[in-house]
Amino acid sequence: MTAIILLWCLTAAQAMLVAAMGCYTFRLIRGPRAQDRVLCLDAIYVSAMLLVLTVGIRAGSPIYFEAALIIAVLGFASSVALAKFLMRGEVIE
Amino acid sequence: MTYAGALPAWAALLTAFLVLVGAGLTLLGAIGTLRFGSFFERVHAPTLGTSWGTGAIVLASIVCFSALGSRPVANELLIGVFITLTTPVTLMLLARAALYRDRAERKPGVPARSILRPPRGRDQQGESGGGQ
Repeated sequence: MTAIILLWCLTAAQAMLVAAMGCYTFRLIRGPRAQDRVLCLDAIYVSAMLLVLTVGIRAGSPIYFEAALIIAVLGFASSVALAKFLMRGEVIE
Repeated sequence: MTYAGALPAWAALLTAFLVLVGAGLTLLGAIGTLRFGSFFERVHAPTLGTSWGTGAIVLASIVCFSALGSRPVANELLIGVFITLTTPVTLMLLARAALYRDRAERKPGVPARSILRPPRGRDQQGESGGGQ
């Protein structure tokens, strides 16, 4: 019984995370300026990381943790590089 | 879900609750990003997902895997600490970049530079002697 509850809650959580990524994608396409798009890219990275963690809980396998950590690190690096580019016009100066 | 029989009931229910809370908070942040009007309001909304959205899902993962006993539990804390440390850095950089761009375009409603930092150069003998 509890296994079925856990399964349905995981499915609902994954649906909510995908819906959040859809909202961010809509704002990324529609966003009036470049900083909105960078903000949404960062948020999409975080949502994808949470989605990978949820898939890992569903699968019961420890492999997905490393993938989530790598996604988090890459998201931070790319967002910082894009913000730096917006401010200065170049990434490394 | 082949392992679910091995999970005790309290762990399964706690994992389900925490996962739902985390995903719901992330979805709320995304809806806020859609609905807010200006960029400086919009930059606050995704932090709902990066603070307790991430925290709740990481806690759910810790509860699930420690109840399964397949590995030690401290690994997911790494993700939580990393997200907590990096999100303010990213968003502060982004907000500073947006402020710089708005100021360069002379948009109305943008605070002047002298509000944030005392002016340097001209009135050095005034109260703003030290600069910075």
